[in-house]
Amino acid sequence: MPLLENGQVVEDPWTMVGPDDPLPPTGAVPGDAVPGDAVIVPLSRLEEGLARPPGGKLGVALAPDDEIAVLRTALPRLALVAVTFPTFRDGRAFSQCRALREHLDFPGEIRVTGRPLPDQYEFLLRCGASTVLLPEGDDPATWARAHARFTTAYQPAVRDERAEGFGLRRLLGRLPA
Amino acid sequence: MSAEAETLADAAPALPVGHYAYDQVDRAFLHDRVEQFRDQVARRISGALSEDEFKPLRLMNGLYLQLHAYMLRIAIPYGMLDSRQMRELAHIARTYDRDYGHFTTRQNLQFNWIRLEDTPDILARLASVDMHAIQTSGNCIRNVTCDQFAGAAADELVDPRVHAEILRQWSTLHPEFSFLPRKFKIAVSGSPHDRVAARFHDIGLVAKPGHGGKVVFDVFVGGGMGRTPLVGVHLRDNLPEEDLLAYLEAMVRVYNEYGRRDNIYKARIKILVQALGAEGYRARVDAEFAAMDRARYRLPPETVAAIRARFGTPDLAAPAGAAESLAAARAADRAFDRWARTNTHPHRHPGYVSAVISLKPDGGIPGDATAAQMDRIADLADRFSFGEIRITHMQNIVLGHVRQDQLHALWQDLRAVGLATANIGLIGDIIACPGLDYCSLANARSIPIAQKLSARFASPELQETIGDLQIKISGCINACGHHHAGHIGILGVDKKGEEFFQLTLGGSAGNDAAVGQILGPALPEDATVDAIARLVDAYLVHRNTGERFLDTYRRLGAALFKDAVYAVA
Ligand code: HEM
Ligand code: SF4
Repeated sequence: MPLLENGQVVEDPWTMVGPDDPLPPTGAVPGDAVPGDAVIVPLSRLEEGLARPPGGKLGVALAPDDEIAVLRTALPRLALVAVTFPTFRDGRAFSQCRALREHLDFPGEIRVTGRPLPDQYEFLLRCGASTVLLPEGDDPATWARAHARFTTAYQPAVRDERAEGFGLRRLLGRLPA
Repeated sequence: MSAEAETLADAAPALPVGHYAYDQVDRAFLHDRVEQFRDQVARRISGALSEDEFKPLRLMNGLYLQLHAYMLRIAIPYGMLDSRQMRELAHIARTYDRDYGHFTTRQNLQFNWIRLEDTPDILARLASVDMHAIQTSGNCIRNVTCDQFAGAAADELVDPRVHAEILRQWSTLHPEFSFLPRKFKIAVSGSPHDRVAARFHDIGLVAKPGHGGKVVFDVFVGGGMGRTPLVGVHLRDNLPEEDLLAYLEAMVRVYNEYGRRDNIYKARIKILVQALGAEGYRARVDAEFAAMDRARYRLPPETVAAIRARFGTPDLAAPAGAAESLAAARAADRAFDRWARTNTHPHRHPGYVSAVISLKPDGGIPGDATAAQMDRIADLADRFSFGEIRITHMQNIVLGHVRQDQLHALWQDLRAVGLATANIGLIGDIIACPGLDYCSLANARSIPIAQKLSARFASPELQETIGDLQIKISGCINACGHHHAGHIGILGVDKKGEEFFQLTLGGSAGNDAAVGQILGPALPEDATVDAIARLVDAYLVHRNTGERFLDTYRRLGAALFKDAVYAVA
């Protein structure tokens, strides 16, 4: 499944580890991007992930009903947090993204998984998400179009957006392609 | 004023009175939105999108699929329209619908006979007059509602339109709150006399001046109707204006995180507030409020001022003697006098009055207006009220600022087009949902009952004798017609394929908000109107002088009315 960042398909260096999969060993050369170096574990296996020998990068995957605050102590050692949309209707991940950025000042990657809609792309970015793992069968072009659709927004969000004239309006800044 | 400033002021087009004036940024945003929907409709028609995939997209633009056709729900933010917008609505009614529109209790307008392929063009026409259908449906913050006498009422402390507009902007495509567990409704009042049903909303805000004249808000949360009717709890007092957005972010965020999503009937914030208790909910909101980046969500006075400056203000000069001239006209014309008594509201400015146009003619469909009537109302607004029009949550229309010496002329013109029914606040001023005539969720027809009742009580003398009495009718348990908040509520139920009606008594949407009590077994359709007539008779017999129906009911209890309704010889 393609990974999207700023409307572009990018390479995915991360491996998702399921609840019962074996944890791959840390790569031989510390910091080198060999498969297995960067793993995303479910929240239930966070301790295990943290106990791996240093060298690899660790991410954690949250369920929509997980409380962000449980990551407070581990967060400095995490490079990625994955949030999920069981269906596009379930908008809890938006609040999780914002809590990560705003309450815990998480600077790393926030990855969106599950089944979001392309029409939610801008919302995701404005709540602090950085990448989206596209749902099976989704066309990246539709997502790219949705990303380019709006130029203005009407409320503060966690992105760095420029004020636009008066009131609450802001310009949706876009990184160059 | 310097000569230069004067020419500048002359050159600038006058801002519309009543609502916020769009500029190019607002228009570009609407344009993007229309083009987005045009693309989605094209994909649906070509088959690229299935109905399942299209549904959430169309709902985000207020497009429902109902019993017979598509229904388009258009937002009238905080109920404010100008004549140019009203004429465009009339044009849409004529061109794309069957020549009429339906004004709803949520200050929206619904068209019931719309073709899917026309919808992008309709939205483009709306955008050409700075209107839209954004967030009139879906699990997001819906059209923010407000007092129909805002900026005009004599009893007003703060003009709530500016804050309603700020909330409209803040909630429009809000990134975090567009996929909530359920729809979310906010109402703002600026008067101590609640005319917005603040306690029956997910969030109700009552603005008032605080220390040093700065605006503060009293906050209610967790009210609502539907199958679990609840009066909202009082969450806090004196919320400073600067914290308005931050606090609302915190309130809605707690709901987004903890609101139930497993059962749509339990997904409203009222259920969360009940589950956590007012204390528990308040504690979570306060924790969120304390943790968030307050500076980011601050609403500075300059922002409020900038948005307020986009509202045009009426020039309320009235000739000396306007009040005397009105008094003379009333003395000379009894029918006009009656209408002036029931269908006006005191204005804050001497020489002015707010006039209510009843959309409840005797035997008519509450809230319906024909294209010709909409055009006529637009003309009258231009002549008598600075081109400004308001839609009320009672499904009526208000001209906010009418000179007292011109009220008689306005009434004569209204009478000529059948819009001078003198029944505001009386038994003929019935709220009714669309019911089985249009709505795919209905169990019963609401409209015929409303028509029969209003025909039965058509006599203006009788209506005035009965006095303040609100009948509200819903065709199913969803309570779109507010039956829980009616002094007399009528709920359509289905019994083995037949339409029955259940009566509730004692509900109120005002400061004394209460959920009505079920009187007894539901009645068959053909018995309902007679039963209500007997109930009203019982009230007339037992009331104390000057007592409202609601107060007689509260004083005497249900037994007397139960007897009147059920003990038929
Ligand atoms: C014909 C199309 C309509 C449909 C399919 C519809 C559907 C619904 C549904 C499903 C609910 C229950 C929501 C809940 O409690 O979670 C509801 C509630 C409501 N609707 Fe409608 N409705 C329609 C028309 C209207 C109209 C025309 C009005 C205004 C006259 C209206 C005003 C309301 C109100 C005030 C509520 C109560 C909301 C609350 O609990 O606070 N609806 N509607
Ligand atoms: S109350 Fe029921 S019947 Fe009436 S409009 Fe609402 S959903 Fe339809």
